[in-house]
Amino acid sequence: MNRQLPSIFSPLSVASPALAAAALVAALGLATQVARADDAAQVSAPARASGAAIERGRYLVTTSGCHDCHTPWRVGPQGPEPDMSRALSGHPQDLVMPPAPRLPDGPWIASIGATNTAWSGPWGTSFTANLTPDRETGLGRWTLENFREAIRTGRHMGRGRPILPPMPYPMYKHMTDEDLAAIFAYLQSIPAIRNQVPDPLPPAQQVASAQ
Amino acid sequence: MARKPHFEHRRRALFRAAVVGLLAAGTAAASWTPPDSWPDRLQDTGLYATDGTIAAGLLEFSPQYPLWTDGASKRRWIYLPPGSTIDATDPDAWNFPPGTRVWKEFASGRPLETRVIERGADGRWRFAAYVWNESGTDARLAPPEGATLEGIEGMPAGRYRVPSREDCVACHEAAPARILGFGALQLSADRDPLAPHATAAPEGSLLPDLAARGWLSGLPAELLTAPPRIDGRTPEERAALGWLHGNCGHCHNDRGSLASLGLVLARPSSGARPHEPLPITRMLERLRSTNPFTRMPPAGVQVADQEAIALVERGLAASHHVTEEKRP
Repeated sequence: MNRQLPSIFSPLSVASPALAAAALVAALGLATQVARADDAAQVSAPARASGAAIERGRYLVTTSGCHDCHTPWRVGPQGPEPDMSRALSGHPQDLVMPPAPRLPDGPWIASIGATNTAWSGPWGTSFTANLTPDRETGLGRWTLENFREAIRTGRHMGRGRPILPPMPYPMYKHMTDEDLAAIFAYLQSIPAIRNQVPDPLPPAQQVASAQ
Repeated sequence: MARKPHFEHRRRALFRAAVVGLLAAGTAAASWTPPDSWPDRLQDTGLYATDGTIAAGLLEFSPQYPLWTDGASKRRWIYLPPGSTIDATDPDAWNFPPGTRVWKEFASGRPLETRVIERGADGRWRFAAYVWNESGTDARLAPPEGATLEGIEGMPAGRYRVPSREDCVACHEAAPARILGFGALQLSADRDPLAPHATAAPEGSLLPDLAARGWLSGLPAELLTAPPRIDGRTPEERAALGWLHGNCGHCHNDRGSLASLGLVLARPSSGARPHEPLPITRMLERLRSTNPFTRMPPAGVQVADQEAIALVERGLAASHHVTEEKRP
């Protein structure tokens, strides 16, 4: 994805090649066959996070752009900046988005909320997830296996709905098991923030309602 | 502002590309093995004899609680290598021998698709789908990312979705057993007469028949004297729990990767399972949802199974509310 956003003032638009590229990356990454051993799907033991793993996870989260979308942005004294008091807690539940604007004809394809946590495009409307360890609204109930499989498969918890743009899991799925475990360990170590992110909307509903 | 037709076409094309990419992007994980090869034609997978009839030695079967797939009709067959047995010691996690193959044909007026699952000699499971031509004379291997068939009579908006290999994995690797409809409860001789969309069990395909064939090793003897049966307190509760078992239990169980959710909809083959209160309101909301991102099940369904949802509401909600009220 295009990570060099020109501004965060709402609404933004990004050129279609970014999304087309994401779809292309995804399509080119197809496995021609799938095969796994039984034991590959067993429930993993809880992550036993060492300090080194957490620190590695912090490094990866910081350098892989996770805050770009999962931490709400605000306008501070120096201009747009991530609101670290809500670090990695996803789209704020109290920010009810109006219907996404209908874009004019042309190559502009997506709109982005000012917080950088709500995205609307041909896939529908997506809201970035709460990655903090809150048990009810975040990843508090997730196992390492749930997290790893979500990134690997592009499905929620590795089993459910598709994970939507702009989440660049087609890149992150190439991370090693060790790096994904480190990221998960770090995410489980940060303060839990209770924030119920809204469900994504399909294309037919995105201009009708943001609820 | 009205959009120009050519742009609408481009939008649709881009959307399809994005969706295809999204659906298919769950590709090989680091721990997965390199691709194996499947034959290009279904007829080379061992399902048919040379005269086009079902090959000798295959057993047709029909689970008592079938999966809802937009009303498509289905037939299923299984092949076990001669002399091999299924380890049925754990009645809810049958362990199939290498060489096992299972086929499932989907039809709507004509054959549409046949899916194949195989356990290789190395113990690994492989999944594939074959798409039939319109005249029903030949079926060819579908691409790994799946496909969408258009203009299909009897399917919602004429569309039928052939799953990607990842779609196969998402369900079949979530349960303790890889073959979801071939187990002690699904093939019990005590068939549920209220099970939605069930078809009659083909001759010789129920649990006692499998035991008599010598296909099962380690099967607990009591399952033959007391056939597996869901312990519903009313006939409708039994059928509702059965539908949830067959449609949701492969992911929502207490043994797989989603056990941490605490929502257990799989039912055991033997012994009673406590009737714990279920979040009925939320479940019905998810089953009825028209939002494909929130609807359950998350794959294989375009339109909700209204008959089953009514059954769940009628047979399950009331009794579970009673259960909650009676809890100490």
